[in-house]
Amino acid sequence: MNKSHVSLALLALLMLAGCASERFVLLPSADGRPGAVVVRDAGGEVALDNPYAATMRSVGGKTRYQSSVEDVQARFGEALAAQPPRPTSYVLYFETGGNVLTPGSQAALAGIRQEIADRPASEVMVIGHTDRVGSVEANDRLSLKRAEGLRDVLIEAGVAAGKLEAVGRGERDPLVATDDEVDEPKNRRVEISVR
Amino acid sequence: MIKAHWAALCVLLACSAQAAEPAGTIKVVKGSVSIERDGKKMPATVGSQVEIADRVRTGKESSVGVTLRDNTLLSAGPHSLIVIDKFTYDQTTQDGSMSIGIRKGTLSVASGKIAKRTPESVDFHTPTSVLGVRGTEFVVEVVGGSDE
Repeated sequence: MNKSHVSLALLALLMLAGCASERFVLLPSADGRPGAVVVRDAGGEVALDNPYAATMRSVGGKTRYQSSVEDVQARFGEALAAQPPRPTSYVLYFETGGNVLTPGSQAALAGIRQEIADRPASEVMVIGHTDRVGSVEANDRLSLKRAEGLRDVLIEAGVAAGKLEAVGRGERDPLVATDDEVDEPKNRRVEISVR
Repeated sequence: MIKAHWAALCVLLACSAQAAEPAGTIKVVKGSVSIERDGKKMPATVGSQVEIADRVRTGKESSVGVTLRDNTLLSAGPHSLIVIDKFTYDQTTQDGSMSIGIRKGTLSVASGKIAKRTPESVDFHTPTSVLGVRGTEFVVEVVGGSDE
């Protein structure tokens, strides 16, 4: 490649880059926790760590600025309006050592069924957990059995089987941390995550 | 009877061998939205599955919302092209990774469980930049990006 070719290629690149611009804006998170985005390119990185902190990248380089609710709405309103409903999560509890729901949890099922019916193309994860009474292996089996049991209850209630996935996490993911072999009702639970 | 069972089993096995693990599901569609997979273009509807290597494209006055399996919410505005370059998620261990490309248009992201647990295994990229996220929500715009 001779010099004129190189400069032509460079010019073409510059023209391409000239048309392109990119913009990144950090939004406040729905759960109120602080978040951050790090934007990296060939020229280095910019950390956005306050709500509406923004950076714009074009041929002239990167510019930091503070965006606003109005600015985000004007540029991203249509994308934000298409955001799927946020997943929700429910917790149901069991009587000791079996797969029988407590009366309160039994009553909560109706609301969950309704939510599954109301969401567009809903999908449901049924995640079983146990307390630390018994061995890890036995609790893996029990947690899966609880999840599958509840999945069957939902299928009987008319939820399409294809929407449901059952998973057992055993005693690995307790709601309340305890020593081994502690009978903790709050850990004998099934989480239902609807998305 | 037994034969019928075998036939059903074979169909099941064939399906499970063929089907790629879905990355997510389309939950919102407005206007004209398509999924491009293996060089074929198909219209996206509510309930369509999004797989790894899929390109999701929106037309004029159109938008789309996708929920990934780890509860990440993606939504794109008009004239956008989003590519699912990588997605893995194990529901039992909750380990996973994802890489999502924004070739052009606008994208809003509310990150999910993978970003919460292992933020280093999540990235979003534009033609010039790579974004690392820490359990968060953000928007990206690419003007004049590539059509491919």
